[in-house]
Amino acid sequence: MRTRSLILTTAARGLLPLMIVFSVFLLFRGHNEPGGGFVGGLVASAAFALYGFANGVNQARARLHTQPNVLIGAGLLLAAASGLPSLLLGQPFMTGLWSAAQLPVVGKIGTPLFFDIGVYLLVLGVTTMIMFSLAEEAGA
Amino acid sequence: MVSSRKDNLSRWLVLIPLGVTAWLAGLLPAISAGAPPAWRWEWVSLLGIRLDFMADGLGWLFALLISGIGALVVVYANGYLAGHPQLRSFLVTILLFMFAMLGVVLADNLLLLFIFWELTSVTSYLLIGFKHEYEASRKAALQALLVTGLGGVAMLAGLTLLGLAGGSFQISALVGQAASIQASPLYPAMLVLVLLGAFTKSAQFPFHFWLPGAMEAPAPVSAYLHSATMVKAGIYLLARFTPILGGHPAWQAALLAVGGATLLLGAFLAIQKLDLKRILAYSTISILGALVFLLGVGTPLAVKGALTLLLAHSLYKGTLFMVAGILEHSTGEREIDKLSGLRRQMPLVALAAGAAALSMAGLPPLLGFISKEVFYEATRHSPGWANALTAVAVTANILLVAVAGLAALAPFFGARKEFKDYHAPGWQLTLGPLMLAGLGLALGLLPGWLGAAVITPAASAALGSAYTAKLALWHGLTPELALSGLTVAGGALLYWGLPRLRPTLARLDVGERIGPQRVYEAGLAGMLRLAAGQTRVIQSGYLENYISIILLTAAGLAGYGLWQNGLHIQPLEWGGLEMIEEILLLAIIAVAGVAAVATRSRLMAVASLGAVGFAVAMLYALFSAPDLAMTQFAIETLVVILFVLVLYRLPGFASLSSPRARLRDWLVAGTAGVTITGVLLAILAIPLESRLAPWLAENSVPLAGGRNVVNVILVDFRGIDTLGEITVLAVAAIGIFALLQMPAPRKPEIQEAPEDPEGSDA
Repeated sequence: MRTRSLILTTAARGLLPLMIVFSVFLLFRGHNEPGGGFVGGLVASAAFALYGFANGVNQARARLHTQPNVLIGAGLLLAAASGLPSLLLGQPFMTGLWSAAQLPVVGKIGTPLFFDIGVYLLVLGVTTMIMFSLAEEAGA
Repeated sequence: MVSSRKDNLSRWLVLIPLGVTAWLAGLLPAISAGAPPAWRWEWVSLLGIRLDFMADGLGWLFALLISGIGALVVVYANGYLAGHPQLRSFLVTILLFMFAMLGVVLADNLLLLFIFWELTSVTSYLLIGFKHEYEASRKAALQALLVTGLGGVAMLAGLTLLGLAGGSFQISALVGQAASIQASPLYPAMLVLVLLGAFTKSAQFPFHFWLPGAMEAPAPVSAYLHSATMVKAGIYLLARFTPILGGHPAWQAALLAVGGATLLLGAFLAIQKLDLKRILAYSTISILGALVFLLGVGTPLAVKGALTLLLAHSLYKGTLFMVAGILEHSTGEREIDKLSGLRRQMPLVALAAGAAALSMAGLPPLLGFISKEVFYEATRHSPGWANALTAVAVTANILLVAVAGLAALAPFFGARKEFKDYHAPGWQLTLGPLMLAGLGLALGLLPGWLGAAVITPAASAALGSAYTAKLALWHGLTPELALSGLTVAGGALLYWGLPRLRPTLARLDVGERIGPQRVYEAGLAGMLRLAAGQTRVIQSGYLENYISIILLTAAGLAGYGLWQNGLHIQPLEWGGLEMIEEILLLAIIAVAGVAAVATRSRLMAVASLGAVGFAVAMLYALFSAPDLAMTQFAIETLVVILFVLVLYRLPGFASLSSPRARLRDWLVAGTAGVTITGVLLAILAIPLESRLAPWLAENSVPLAGGRNVVNVILVDFRGIDTLGEITVLAVAAIGIFALLQMPAPRKPEIQEAPEDPEGSDA
């Protein structure tokens, strides 16, 4: 076992939730301002990478609360499913549908938003899967 | 052990084929009246594929056999595989197969027919290989799949040609086009390809060898697929296409030659075998040959004969396969010389087998007798070679009479034997054979009704014109009756003399040594060798080779494109550099790039690459592409993290490559870099007059409700692209996961791999 930096460990503990919130913020603002599901997912992965470096892979895995492969599957499913509602209305697959109502932080709700959430989950899943597998192999 | 609840569910599954049978039976009045019901839906209309179904007399006869025998087979399998842990999945596969077969015979669209045709191949693969823990089963299943699959591919080509020549993929619409289709220059190719499909599926010589092999399947599968349904699919196809492709001399010659050869060969091989299921398999091949042969004669009489024989054969051969399964199930034996005297132990089974054998031997008043009479009548009245064809038919039938004796008399008569683990067959096993054999008797006693209600509409459909088929048990003292008598007498004589003839016959049988089975095996082995050799050449296992090939191919293609384009590239202009930040960033990129190559520390190399990436991201930010910049920052961060994780696994840095190999690497890298730069400059030289960018910018808010055009493109305008990309990403992640979870080989394989030509690996 390597000795861990107390400062890094403590900082990572506080930074993880902050970075996750930031990544979700990026995800939701993506439709109108720079951001989006892809970069949001990457930022969230970076948060877990930092946490993993500071506290070890097992801790990071525990904080993820689920398996990366579940995230991958859920993300892909959500993204693909977001294209289905338009079929019910007789429009082509993946036609964007938007609600009229405006929500406080998120803005309008629409199927592309769910698509983006799917991308976010998948990117987070893919990167954490690779990271955790590599780190476990390395015995970190 | 299986709980009784589970057994109950398997038993109730019989309601599905029973329901289909009842539904089909309800269609009979409409079909007899000459108004076949049809169901049509749109599907892939652009390619001419429609969900068109039609139940005319021909399709209905087959469909009723498929669902009716299917119901009996489900009951039978419940007894045969009682307590088997995979009984349910077996039954579900049987039902899947049943629906695929129903699709084949009811489809009214060439391509739809092909889809169901292939589905029967796939489900039969699963069924033949049901005992997948045995290698013989797996091999037999694969063999059946490959042979019928290759035929299926040929058939697809043939059906496509047929659709093109006839101007429609709807089968019922093609019937009127026979003259123009047969005059088409595509006709010979079309004929050969379609016949290949039919002959492989129906086990015609020289593709017959997969059927005896498929006897590895459990008895319910043999009784269902290999007597009544799947092997008859080819016959169905030929009958279905008789009014479209038939009547042509080439069609007749091919069917008569192949069918006749199969008829004789199958019967000849059947009498030599001792394994009950193989005897039945070869005699099935023989009858399939007879059916092709009769369709080759092609007269209305012959078509009537083919359909009657098909029905009679399905009933008696289904019975005999089920009986063979019962014998094996109860005694553990399948060789006829080890079975005898069983009529006392299982009288009902013996009764069914006896009735089926009499039908097979063609004795009145069973349906087999009627079908044989019509068979002889058809060959005698053939427009050409009537005597030769009749001689072939009589010879084969004499052999088949002896086969009937082998399959159904030998196990039940003679001295009673005691079997160690004998147990009496239950009602589920006995029901199927009794019903089928009983039907063979009942239909033999009702020939007038059968002819008018069933054979007439089927023959009319197969001939493409109205035809009235009359069947009767007694035609008076005709030449056919004399031939029948001769057949039975000759067969009885042969059966009596067979034990003495066996050694001579065995010497005559050269099929095992030079037959098509050997050709198949040699072909398969050759293919595997080719694949192995090609893999050795292409998949060298050296990462540097893969990268070099990829880079050089890409550079070569791009370079060729540039050269074709007249090397029209944007000249470099240094005047555009105004801001100090740009110069600074470019300097960082250059220095970090050189450092990444020159350093002797891996960590340094990774950090330098990261610096290049961050500087590029800064450039994006400077040129107002914040989305790109942000993503690039995140990616670069993660890449460095991943690299660091990988670094743990690598040994210390060492200069392993020779100067020559390094020079080669320099050349590869340089070529790729220069070419890519050239491509970028060439792209810049094209005046940017895209109508796409303004369109996207204008429509982003009104059409997709988002002000961030980049994101709108990703999630909305080109959302399906993104969906594809993230799918690839998920697949790649699974691949990486699998690779990393794989246990590392104890010794590096590099030592066994062939020497690298450049000698760059120590």
